[in-house]
Amino acid sequence: MKISVVITLKKDVLDPQGKIIQQTLDGMGFNNLNEIRQGKYFEIDTKENDPKKAKIQVEDMCKKLLANLVIENYKILEL
Amino acid sequence: MKSSVITFPGSNCDRDIDVALKKFGFKNKMVWHADVELPKSDLVVLPGGFSYGDYLRCGSMAAKTKIMQSVINFAKGGGLVLGICNGFQILVETGLVPGVLLRNKYLEFICKNVFVKINNKQNTYFKSLEKDVLEFHIAHNEGNYFCTKDQLKEIEENDQVALYYCNQNGDTAEQYNPNGSIKNIAGIFNKEKNIFGLMPHPERMIDKSLSGEDGSLFFKNLINNLK
Repeated sequence: MKISVVITLKKDVLDPQGKIIQQTLDGMGFNNLNEIRQGKYFEIDTKENDPKKAKIQVEDMCKKLLANLVIENYKILEL
Repeated sequence: MKSSVITFPGSNCDRDIDVALKKFGFKNKMVWHADVELPKSDLVVLPGGFSYGDYLRCGSMAAKTKIMQSVINFAKGGGLVLGICNGFQILVETGLVPGVLLRNKYLEFICKNVFVKINNKQNTYFKSLEKDVLEFHIAHNEGNYFCTKDQLKEIEENDQVALYYCNQNGDTAEQYNPNGSIKNIAGIFNKEKNIFGLMPHPERMIDKSLSGEDGSLFFKNLINNLK
């Protein structure tokens, strides 16, 4: 089955890349933006077909490698 | 004194630190990332570079290699582990030292000499070093040290800050902070002070023909403290 993970920076972590993207968009005329935060997206195709077990495994992967919990949050989505 | 330098795919300061360690009397061995066992060492160094292409987060892949498990065991047994630049990023990813290294505040790769102030000399790395301010070289894109408020409190309570960015007189005002790191932090220890991670490169300041010799003071002092 396929599972996806979205990783975002925690609220009080500075995101200079997001800031620059917002500034550039602002310069292009998209000037009604409050804020842009850049994150990461993973698509995981696993041999595990039990959604519950697969989610537990992906959560473990997030905690151990995909996210750094000092600065990032993760969200697991089923595809 | 025996030292080991771990080479990961993408490490590029491993030879520099090898030269530096040998110059000041260490018998150094290079250890490949795929090795499992660490040779008998008094000091293990994680060198600078771009291990695993800085994929995912700087240092995150290297932190999970088998050789790092041996380094973690060595460190937890009280062994001295020094992480320079990417080595510091690897150390934070293993959790051996607290915090994380974010992208530089102004999104620029910074390559220049900086001054750092030694905060704590009650440890093997800085004990008996005469100078308080050292001139080192930095070359990094992700050197912006960050930690949670709780972590910062703990770091300060345990006197774990090793180095602050400063000017040549040791003034640690924010204007001397090159990358936006919290409180101008350039290097930190673990609680026990046997693990030391820093963004600056002492191994680039070990010869008159390089841009300074404060790295020589650091390595000479370190090997003397180990004897």
